[in-house]
Amino acid sequence: MPAIVLALVRGLLLSIALIVATAPAFAASFEESVAKFANDDFSDTDDAVGEIAVSGNPLAFPIISALQDERLMFDAETKKVFVKQADGKIIDAATGAAVDKLPDNAAAVSLNNRLRRSVDAALGGLTLLSPDTNTRLTAAKSVFKSHEEATLPTVESALAKETNRSVKQALAEARAAILLFKSDASEVDKLEAVATIKARGDQEALALLTEISGGDQPANVAKAAASAISSIQGTLAIWSGVQNAWYGLSLGSVLLLAAIGLAITFGVMGVINMAHGEMVMLGAYTTFVVQEVIRTRYPALFDYSLLIAVPLAFLVAGAIGVVIERTIIRFLYGRPLETLLATWGLSLILQQAVRSAFGPTNREVGNPSWMSGAFELGQITITYNRLWILCFTMAVFGILLAMLRYTALGLEMRAVTQNRRMAASMGIATSRVDALTFGLGSGIAGIAGVALSQIDNVSPNLGQSYIIDSFMVVVFGGVGNLWGTLVGAFTLGIANKFLEPVAGAVLGKIAILVLIILFIQKRPRGLFALKGRAVEA
Amino acid sequence: MLTRLTQELTAPFSRRRWLAAAAGLALGAAGFGPAMAADDTIKVGVLHSLSGTMAISETTLKDTILFLIDEQNKKGGVLGKKLEAVVVDPASNWPLFAEKARELITKDKVAVVFGCWTSVSRKSVLPVFKELNSILFYPVQYEGEESERNVFYTGAAPNQQAIPAVDYLMKEEKVKRWVLAGTDYVYPRTTNKILEAYLKSKGVAQDDIMINYTPFGHSDWQTIVADIKKFGSAGKKTAVVSTINGDANVPFYKELGNQGVKAKDIPVVAFSVGEEELAGIDTKPLVGHLAAWNYFQSIKTPANEKFIKDWQAYTKNPKRVTNDPMEAHVIGFNMWVKAVEKVKSTDPDKVIDALPGTEAPNLTGGVSKMLPNHHITKPVFIGEIKGDGQFSVVYKTKDLVPGDAWSKELDGSKDLIGDWVGKKCGNFNTKTNKCLGSGT
Repeated sequence: MPAIVLALVRGLLLSIALIVATAPAFAASFEESVAKFANDDFSDTDDAVGEIAVSGNPLAFPIISALQDERLMFDAETKKVFVKQADGKIIDAATGAAVDKLPDNAAAVSLNNRLRRSVDAALGGLTLLSPDTNTRLTAAKSVFKSHEEATLPTVESALAKETNRSVKQALAEARAAILLFKSDASEVDKLEAVATIKARGDQEALALLTEISGGDQPANVAKAAASAISSIQGTLAIWSGVQNAWYGLSLGSVLLLAAIGLAITFGVMGVINMAHGEMVMLGAYTTFVVQEVIRTRYPALFDYSLLIAVPLAFLVAGAIGVVIERTIIRFLYGRPLETLLATWGLSLILQQAVRSAFGPTNREVGNPSWMSGAFELGQITITYNRLWILCFTMAVFGILLAMLRYTALGLEMRAVTQNRRMAASMGIATSRVDALTFGLGSGIAGIAGVALSQIDNVSPNLGQSYIIDSFMVVVFGGVGNLWGTLVGAFTLGIANKFLEPVAGAVLGKIAILVLIILFIQKRPRGLFALKGRAVEA
Repeated sequence: MLTRLTQELTAPFSRRRWLAAAAGLALGAAGFGPAMAADDTIKVGVLHSLSGTMAISETTLKDTILFLIDEQNKKGGVLGKKLEAVVVDPASNWPLFAEKARELITKDKVAVVFGCWTSVSRKSVLPVFKELNSILFYPVQYEGEESERNVFYTGAAPNQQAIPAVDYLMKEEKVKRWVLAGTDYVYPRTTNKILEAYLKSKGVAQDDIMINYTPFGHSDWQTIVADIKKFGSAGKKTAVVSTINGDANVPFYKELGNQGVKAKDIPVVAFSVGEEELAGIDTKPLVGHLAAWNYFQSIKTPANEKFIKDWQAYTKNPKRVTNDPMEAHVIGFNMWVKAVEKVKSTDPDKVIDALPGTEAPNLTGGVSKMLPNHHITKPVFIGEIKGDGQFSVVYKTKDLVPGDAWSKELDGSKDLIGDWVGKKCGNFNTKTNKCLGSGT
């Protein structure tokens, strides 16, 4: 008897000991995983992310999202890992206990691209059931990308609960993506998944279907995938035409913006102004200076920096234009070769002056938040900066046209360019009008610089890259005609963008140049030639 | 006659130098009097563009050499003489490079020239250096396929930059599909030829390689970025290898950021984008895109930290960045000083013979060595762009990689070697045992 009792007691003690031993052992494994971050080794971090994501520990989400934002800190000596929370508070990653301050030598756990993908996948799985709709949508999208088999049950339970339509759609797509890669999924499920992905119809869907059709699939699924691929490719081909047209419009608007000032100085006044590009450059540097002042003094105004820069750039470039006209160009009217050489020399002086003042390296002009990013329209991506530049160009064009037509200055300008002596005898101060016209053209070039600073380098060479294109647009459209400049710019832009995918960027540019030369042979006065006496003057 | 500034570095901030600089910049065409040809100085030529398209990259290298000369003079100069820089401006104009090189060697009698950036400028000055028998240190990563007696290449050859980068992407990112995008001139074209041959030797199919060239200063990248996205949607991991050079990089990266091409999906590894180029862009949308270099400013070694501190103090700009070609000049300059001190002369023939085998510490903790083919050994680093415009190193080679003058991947050059010590020949064919013409 006592032996049995003894054995029982011993068994009981042993099992208690076991329970006591296993409980901390389980906790330690989470701690061990967390401690791996302290090695700051890419594969250790990857392991840790994988283990923590499936641990079910409530700290998993804060730890992994901290890793994503580089807020996960480690101390290499004590092997401790800390989470710096968004509100600045610090907690111990292993226990969740609050910590007063970080150790002095704490550093952020470093990431590389592979880890960023693992982190996205892990966070996707962890946030599928989040109460916030946008978080769930992002989660569903990242699960679609990672199509991790382990998340399938979570996706299915989330799908059953989901009420929001777009999240539901994203979850269904994520589920389909997982099923397609799951080797033991039934054929019916897979066929249904192919149909879901096909309905999505974008490049990512195409990528997914191409990827699975390379693998081992049942014959029916492979066939369905192949037909889905060709149908998506057909749709995408049509969209790529739309996309080229949009890119053409956008390139055309940039060309128009750069050329519109030249359409006045060269087109209306007949001055071959090689320093036109430098006026654009000065406008871009004005934007840079405005942003610098805003950054250091009034950071809250940053989103308005471009709106502030537009009038300033107009004034700066316009004033310099007036000075140039008064001091150089007015002595050279009617001598095109001298004008060309003088303005070319001037462009070199302006470039070197800016290089001495601001340095030869590029200056950073930031994009305000409303100019950054893109949105999807059907299957094409439209970037906000290009869209705004298109709108801005049309606005500048409209204002300029109205100014020439409806204001006294516009009337005087037209009068002087059509018949200088007659205008003078009618009492118009022609030399004043000349200076103002040149200033107007330069000022508009300055405005163009504000817009171009958003898509190109702000360096002393900025203007050089636009001067040839600007002359091409003005000559092609017809000298002296603003509408010609408009049509010329968009024609060249669209032609260029339809040629580029076929011929490549280098050949495309050459082809355009050859076409223009041929065109000018046929119609020396461009698309819209001015008729009447003005031509002979 | 164009600007010619002769700067006396023995008195670096003298009124005369300031005046000379100001006058030169303001007038742009002022010929200043001939250099004060003091016999107790050794003249060092600096042949970097200070105006025109390449000024953006080359001005920094001019400052680097002035800085190095200043430091060396503080230590007492070389062979008991002070060094004196002769700075000329070839204005990004390739034929002018040759004229200015001739002027430096014959008129100013410089002992050595540090200069050039683009391959076309190097090719333009080669005949001058050969004819007048002088020494050029060339600090920029280039396409290889060259080994000249009078030129020392301190930048990376393709096997010290392009090939390790591609290897990294294959191993770490499992890339199967490749876009080779470059500016349309000799460096990208040759590098892409080498890379294409290398990728094919690793079993990559022709269909999985897309090659794209753009003109210098290309600014409208919408179509190309859209093409890259399309090429990347074939279900295989895709990466872009970029040999896009100079100004065109900024609009390219801006377009990538705006169209949402993330490094997680399609990483871009660049060979011509360093700290200096990133200084003009907001790098937050670009985090994770890669660059392969032999030096990064962010590498923490005592030598590098001291160099950055001294450089920022010298330029009086606490934000001034450092980059890879600058380090190449540091190594090249120190090797030249060592070789001159070894032979106790600045005679070009003696220095050229003494340079192979010379060692100089690099800023990342190793010791680089000049090889008989006039290239040097270098470590290779792969860095990912960070939000602050710096790079975090994600990979480095275990040992220093010796530079190959002739690529082993191309049929035309795989049997060639450059050897200016034993064979006295820049393009020696090891199969036929013949020198193909570039000998002494």
